[in-house]
Amino acid sequence: MSEPFEPKIVAFVCTYCTYAGADLAGTSRLKYAPNVRIVRLPCTGRISPMFILKALQKGADSVLVSGCHPGDCHFTAGNYHARRRWTVFRALLAFTGIPEERIRFSWVSAAEGAKFAEMINEITDETRKLGPFTQYQELQKVIETQSSY
Amino acid sequence: MAKIGVFVCHCGENIASKVDTGILVKSLSDHPGVEICQEYKYFCSDPGQETVKRAIREHNLTGVVVAACSPRMHETTFRKACAEAGLNPYMLELANIREQCSWVHSEKDQATSKAIEITRSLVEKVKRNNELKPISVPVTRRALVIGGGIAGIQAALDIAGAGREVVLVEREPSIGGHMSQLSETFPTLDCSQCILTPRMVEAIQHPKITVMTYSEVEEVDGYIGNFTVKIRTKARYVDMSKCTGCGDCIQKCPVKKISNEFELGLSNRTAIYTPFAQAVPNVPVIDKSRCTYFKNGKCKICEKSCQIDAIDFEQQESVETIEFGAIVVATGFQIQDTSVYGEYGYGKYKDVITGLHFERLASASGPTAGKIQRPSDGKEPETVVFIQCAGSRDPSKGVKYCSKICCMYTAKHAMLYAHKHHGSNSKIFYMDIRAAGKGYDEFTRRAIEEDEADYLRGRVSKVFEENGKLIVRGVDTLLGKPVEVAADMVVLATAMTPQPDAKQFAKRIGIGYDEYGFFNEAHLKLRPVETAKAGIYLCGACQSPKDIPDSVSQASAAAAKVLGLFSREQLEREPVVAAVGESTCAGCWGCVYACPYNAIEQKDIRDRNGNLVKQVASVNPGLCQGCGTCVTFCRSNSIDLAGFTEKQIFAEVMAL
Repeated sequence: MSEPFEPKIVAFVCTYCTYAGADLAGTSRLKYAPNVRIVRLPCTGRISPMFILKALQKGADSVLVSGCHPGDCHFTAGNYHARRRWTVFRALLAFTGIPEERIRFSWVSAAEGAKFAEMINEITDETRKLGPFTQYQELQKVIETQSSY
Repeated sequence: MAKIGVFVCHCGENIASKVDTGILVKSLSDHPGVEICQEYKYFCSDPGQETVKRAIREHNLTGVVVAACSPRMHETTFRKACAEAGLNPYMLELANIREQCSWVHSEKDQATSKAIEITRSLVEKVKRNNELKPISVPVTRRALVIGGGIAGIQAALDIAGAGREVVLVEREPSIGGHMSQLSETFPTLDCSQCILTPRMVEAIQHPKITVMTYSEVEEVDGYIGNFTVKIRTKARYVDMSKCTGCGDCIQKCPVKKISNEFELGLSNRTAIYTPFAQAVPNVPVIDKSRCTYFKNGKCKICEKSCQIDAIDFEQQESVETIEFGAIVVATGFQIQDTSVYGEYGYGKYKDVITGLHFERLASASGPTAGKIQRPSDGKEPETVVFIQCAGSRDPSKGVKYCSKICCMYTAKHAMLYAHKHHGSNSKIFYMDIRAAGKGYDEFTRRAIEEDEADYLRGRVSKVFEENGKLIVRGVDTLLGKPVEVAADMVVLATAMTPQPDAKQFAKRIGIGYDEYGFFNEAHLKLRPVETAKAGIYLCGACQSPKDIPDSVSQASAAAAKVLGLFSREQLEREPVVAAVGESTCAGCWGCVYACPYNAIEQKDIRDRNGNLVKQVASVNPGLCQGCGTCVTFCRSNSIDLAGFTEKQIFAEVMAL
């Protein structure tokens, strides 16, 4: 590849903490890598593993899930459900063949604009090192060639 | 066919300087389903909003995307504009190209392509938005206040003062709570009874307040505006409507040697008793477990002594079910069980007492009529040692927090002791003096400077008896020396702890609690009197250790929240709630388990003959707060969250 690889990162965030934290990064005019696309959800409890898979399938090179710190969830316990789900899902990743490093799970509060900016930069750098996520596309090709039956 | 309007805002230079809005508009204009795409300097301005409205009307738009600032900023503004133009306000999405794009990126082409992707994905989402209606729920404008201490009384009086009905439930035979046990109160040293009893009387006489004493909340069902509460009232065996509170029965009762709970065992009471002289209501109760008649079937002396036949041995406990719109929890605190401090000899030596015992000794209405006397022999103590933080700030004893009031009441105790006993000698062992509050630091200074309280900074390791004296062995860390004080009495400033049954109570009514059992507020700083369960509010020491001024202010704050809720007959809520597709729901109840609000119930599906076909989950929209945890949990994809449906989010992700 001649051009440097620009990864695409899809972030699923809750509206009360991390989305607000990302807004704060904006109002504080902090600069971070433009590689992230944010999907706003009411709570991390709403984030289905299927969203993550869909994002990876549709060309994301990394996925971020981020919500309120433990104990701070606006909905009392949604982030605990998300955390539990992540633990199970992580075990499943090995089975699906998706490298664990492609998915990040974090807590960013509404006050942590700087943390959000730093984290995005970090993930962008790491993903750049990992290179594009192509397993799905390759799989797609395999499916297409075998689709005769 | 979707007809989406996309409105790209420049936000002056805020967006336009980093995002090439021309390219953005051009790119979105070609996007399938986009009917019209416009740009403008400030869409939030009046002419900007007019442009949006005009476009909605002229093009019969089915959805609107405003690519501008964060939805947290102007979602409400544009929802209103949509509604005014006849479009359902929930057919709007805001593409955040300011806070999350133009303000955080410096390369124009990168920011522009990101803005295009953000906007495009929200166009795909809005195509799948559904028309929603705000949920309205009726409000029963009657409040339940649980706990009749100073916080509960204040909340009840404030709500009733605004003309709303209140039921005040107290589990003891009288309202008043811990404050009625106190002698004088810091920092003004006014007598606790003198300022509290008028409030108690006002509460019971208030036409809008129903006081239910000797009663407990058994069950809370329902949701904000519509709670159904079961209240159990224990049998008093005295007819409240007849009793005049003359006290003849108490005089005549032959069982006189029962340890008086209100006096913490410092005096005795009879089997028929009022907890204290100023009890409200001033109606005695019969302690069934101690009454001779209930034990042996003979006695009834109280019945004979009562001239108006108010004694009723046949009385049964009763359960009432009442509807409420809001609940204020003011269940107060307990003092820590001092047995964890074996080294201080509480329970072993009679003259090692707690601060609350000292309050009773210092109280004019107490067992010693206000004289400071040793419980063991009734002598006036010459030297009293006060041990602060006897429990508080001691993780090894399970209490990591500061109980907040002990520094102040210990200073007060030293003062009262000095005022009542000239030549008093009080030694106070302390860790820090925490006296933040209006007039508080001045108060502790007064104890030191005018009333000669001797403050020793350090902990006490042991209290033991020697030659009729209590030897207090500790350390003075400022001198760096061990100290021994021969005391006549030792007062422990015991920690304030939650009620022993606080956790069970919290589970019963569906609110959260912390590791100790103090109830959780919705937000420690910004929503300190609300709980995570809408319609249930907190005040007083059940939330955290508090003094009287703080409890009272929080009670008034909770009352204000209740009155705000009661200012409307209908409650309008965001329609972001979950709903179940009953045809596919398999009734696994995973969602019931996932829901933090107990908003999901089991519902019977019956055929026309009334035979049960199956059971499915059903979301109560009044209780649902819209977190969507259940949606992700659902194995059969039967449950979905309005505003954030599976379809919407997948479309959004796929367009990125």
